[in-house]
Amino acid sequence: MSKAILYDSTLCIGCKACESGCAERWGLPYNDKVAAEEKISAHKLTAVETHGEHYSRRLCMNCVQPACASVCPVGAIQKTALGPVVYDADKCMGCRYCMQACPFQVPSYEWDARLPRMRKCDMCSDRQIQGKQTACADACPVGATICGERDALLAEAKKRIAEKPQAYIDKVYGVQEVGGTSVLYLSAVPFEQIGLRTKLPMEALPETTWRVLELVPDVVSTGTVLLGGIWWITNRRAEVAKKEGRRK
Amino acid sequence: MKVSLPKITVWRAIFAAIMMSGMYATYLRVMYGLGGSTNLSDKFPWGLWIGFDVMCGVGLAAGGFTLVALVHIFNIETYKPVLRPAILTAFLGYTLVVVGLLYDLGRPDRLWHPLVMWNPHSVMFEVAWCVTLYSTVLFLEFLPVVFEKFGMHKPLAWIHRISVPLMILGVLLSTLHQSSLGTLFLIVPEKLYALWYTPILPLLFWMSAIAVGLAMTIFESWHSSRAFGRALELPLLASMGRVLAVLMSVYLWVRFLDMTHRHVLGLLAVNRTETWLFWLEIALMVVPTVLLYQSKVRMRPGALYACAVMVVFGFMANRLNVGITGLEAGSGTHYVPKWSEIAITLSIVAAGFAIFHFVAQNFPVFEAHGHEHVPAPQEETEEDPVAV
Repeated sequence: MSKAILYDSTLCIGCKACESGCAERWGLPYNDKVAAEEKISAHKLTAVETHGEHYSRRLCMNCVQPACASVCPVGAIQKTALGPVVYDADKCMGCRYCMQACPFQVPSYEWDARLPRMRKCDMCSDRQIQGKQTACADACPVGATICGERDALLAEAKKRIAEKPQAYIDKVYGVQEVGGTSVLYLSAVPFEQIGLRTKLPMEALPETTWRVLELVPDVVSTGTVLLGGIWWITNRRAEVAKKEGRRK
Repeated sequence: MKVSLPKITVWRAIFAAIMMSGMYATYLRVMYGLGGSTNLSDKFPWGLWIGFDVMCGVGLAAGGFTLVALVHIFNIETYKPVLRPAILTAFLGYTLVVVGLLYDLGRPDRLWHPLVMWNPHSVMFEVAWCVTLYSTVLFLEFLPVVFEKFGMHKPLAWIHRISVPLMILGVLLSTLHQSSLGTLFLIVPEKLYALWYTPILPLLFWMSAIAVGLAMTIFESWHSSRAFGRALELPLLASMGRVLAVLMSVYLWVRFLDMTHRHVLGLLAVNRTETWLFWLEIALMVVPTVLLYQSKVRMRPGALYACAVMVVFGFMANRLNVGITGLEAGSGTHYVPKWSEIAITLSIVAAGFAIFHFVAQNFPVFEAHGHEHVPAPQEETEEDPVAV
């Protein structure tokens, strides 16, 4: 089964330990200035956001059926069986369709680099392969971010809601959004109040383009016969007209 | 020495100014990356170079496939005199689209990657392959002009032998990628404003490309007749204007039906930027369509030209709305292109005009070919060609 992350906004104390753990894992610089930035970017792949008295975390949702992986023309982005959505910078040609397609606006670009890459969280793919937790879950002192099997985390989330119904709104974010994500959220307030997009389709986005793309063979075969046929008829007609004209 | 310098005219001065600014912008793009030369951001990763250079460029080059289909597959020989300029425009158009892409891609040195690294689930992958193959087809379709110029009869005969499959292939490839440029945006249902987001975007893109292909043919015939002092093929262009009116009507009708079925007509009364841009786009399409139904308008070169220009602008408004402005609200940001993005776009367009002029002057693009088929320029011929 595939791995996932459960983030419980009600437990988060906003200490940003996940941010520094993440930066360390990626080898990115982390200091007070970076810590103060409340948005993800090419040099900050997860960010803790403050929404009034609530905290929220932004990171790649590692969707179950990721739009970014489906749109990448060179297959630089892949969904692994283990759960993480991984990126191969050596294949990437920088078309940035992944950024356009991502419903969570997660992928960031190294805009000022001469040989730029896309950057995003990959749910610590290398650590997960070794059976370790993600760096953010490892760093969290209060268990607001935990890592595990998606099914088990979903059960845990529902258990928490059932045990303390007054502390949570009765919904787990990420179960069905765009076909399901590998990052699940619990919150005390409606999700849009902690900066999450709630007007997302419940359908996996790759379906929207695949419905058209799968028609390509039909268009090609029907088109060839149709155009060839029309050409043959119109040409034949011209030939006949020419011959008859000559006889007269 | 001074005698050999070309005469400085207003147009040449403007051209030089555009190219100079383009060169400086190119320097910025190379030295300071996309960050230093564009206003793109993580929230708004595609700007003018995709929205205009690629989306409009590919569409405006559609005359090549529209006319090949009309002349060689539907065998409407009357249109033959404008076939070659249309193919030339298309070939130049695609070449310039690739130039635009080289600016826009983060790693232009990897432009060839989709040819060896496949992802058939990606619309962009399909577009990349179609554009590559179709540019090759256009090159081959234009080769006879070069062979004729240099009197190379053997290769000319050889290329004539493969011309029919080549043309069918070209029409198919065009159908695929013109529609696919619309499919690209099906993946962003939550970002693209509802006036434009529809599951039939690919169909709409394909239909509008065919129409704008005809409009562009009228546009360039008018310009080249002025530039080279040749007679305008008026009856022919007028008949094309009539076809254009019909195509635009069908297109607009399909769009209207689609909007009714999606229940978004109510949005037309909402006072926001998108509504006004939508109305602008529709007006630029409806006005020429209505005008082109009148033969008085079609038979007046100036009016016919104005209608074609309106269709072209309506088309560009549509592509820019889908590719840029319609995405702003959904992306939660505002995008205004940097001067360098505009400078490079203008340079590419200007280069296109200049190269077209050069080729048309030095190669048999407009003359000779198929003269025996050109009917006597009578007023009546206008009504014939399409009534197959």
